[in-house]
Amino acid sequence: MTTREQIREAALRVLGEIAPEADLGALDPAAPLRETLDLDSMDFLNFVVGLLEEIGIDVPESEYGQLSSLGACIEYLAARSASGPGA
Amino acid sequence: MPSLGADMESGTLLEWHVKPGDVVHRGDIVARVDTEKAEIEVEIFHDGVVEELLVTPGTKVPVGTPLARLRAAEGAVVAPAARPEAPAPPPRAVTAPPPAPPPPAAAAAPLALRRLRVSPVARRIAEERGIDLAGITGTGPDGAITRADVERAAAAPVTAAAPAAPAALVASVTAPAAPAPPAPTLAPAAARAAERARAMRRTIGAAMARSKREIPHYYLSMRLDLSHALRWLEAENARRPAPQRILPAALLLRATALALREVPELNGFFRDDAFQPSEAVHLGVAVALRPAGLVAPALHDADRLSLDALMAALRDLVQRARSGVLRSSELGEATITVTSLGDTGADLVYGVIHPPQVAMVGFGRVHEEPWAENGGVGARPVVTASLAADHRASDGHRGGLFLAALARLLLHPEAL
Repeated sequence: MTTREQIREAALRVLGEIAPEADLGALDPAAPLRETLDLDSMDFLNFVVGLLEEIGIDVPESEYGQLSSLGACIEYLAARSASGPGA
Repeated sequence: MPSLGADMESGTLLEWHVKPGDVVHRGDIVARVDTEKAEIEVEIFHDGVVEELLVTPGTKVPVGTPLARLRAAEGAVVAPAARPEAPAPPPRAVTAPPPAPPPPAAAAAPLALRRLRVSPVARRIAEERGIDLAGITGTGPDGAITRADVERAAAAPVTAAAPAAPAALVASVTAPAAPAPPAPTLAPAAARAAERARAMRRTIGAAMARSKREIPHYYLSMRLDLSHALRWLEAENARRPAPQRILPAALLLRATALALREVPELNGFFRDDAFQPSEAVHLGVAVALRPAGLVAPALHDADRLSLDALMAALRDLVQRARSGVLRSSELGEATITVTSLGDTGADLVYGVIHPPQVAMVGFGRVHEEPWAENGGVGARPVVTASLAADHRASDGHRGGLFLAALARLLLHPEAL
């Protein structure tokens, strides 16, 4: 079980490695992630890999749509985390 | 100073990864060099012991300048980063080499394992705080040094490893009297980044102007049906954990490499008034940099890599291109360039050939379009592939065959 705050920190840490020039402190949680941070498909794959490494949740490709914004990421990952490991 | 591309005239030594007395092996990364386009990790082509460093960090020197003296295992002295045709070493050294520590591994260690993997943020923080990355043990993927590792190192009491070499070397270049500041070696990182951005724009401009002046381009394009390829990829990726997933870009590169075998007139160099085809297919992969800029390092022997190996190599290459650390062998060796605009870009690219190459392959945005086939129309994911090619080396008929081969190969993704 990972808290929303832990998920938020982990997601921002991963994004910070991918887009070091971005001001993540000012990132609107509702803003579309890919457009706002100019993430291409390789960046996005690295984001998903980073989430797996940081919080142990592997987001399947079919659910990438759930990671559309920082806020959506946190909700989705918190729900996955609450439903237990391996879910 | 090795030549890291046809348009490179000089380079600035940024940092040594070795010091006199160090034992080095062919393929080791011995120095970091700044060219106008990127920071490059210079590989050494010989086994031996570093005898003397001839160029101090911060110094800009012309291509061909020896950077260091190396005592080869048997006593010969050669300049690193010279190609292997060095003088044959005498059979035995008269004076035995100093009792150096035993070489780390038995044979030449594989490059990938010896390279310092550092995330861009970690590199920046380390630079700001004057921390030597070589002294840090990475805990990230594949032993990469992450921001957390650097921050831990910054918090830890100073260890013996950290300060020594770079500061001492810098001291000898900076003004005689003033003691060198202990930490940052060169101009502040931000100023350097801005200067690099300007220099990169100049370099790209010079190469592209030469291309447009000298190369009689012709252009072709073809829409490719990606429904089979993407369906196959989706099923494949659904079975794989994230780190093993394959991007459509890897599939397109793989198909390009195979199609080039069928139309070799597009793969090679135009030099001395003649086309010189290349046996090997080294795909230059155009990588957009943050916040701006472009570099096209070579994905070596792309036609011989399995799709999985190609994807792994691509991920590694893009990551290093973006963190500004490419290897010397990756520049100037591409035999053709491929640019992929990704899924948020334009539909079609008219490429500008990078001389002395003779072709540039472009892929636009993948998107759904009406597609007519067998008397019916349906929506399919489509990408427009384009070819800009040099009329001195090929003509539109052969170019068209290349695009047709791409279309055919992508209809059978399982065979890629």
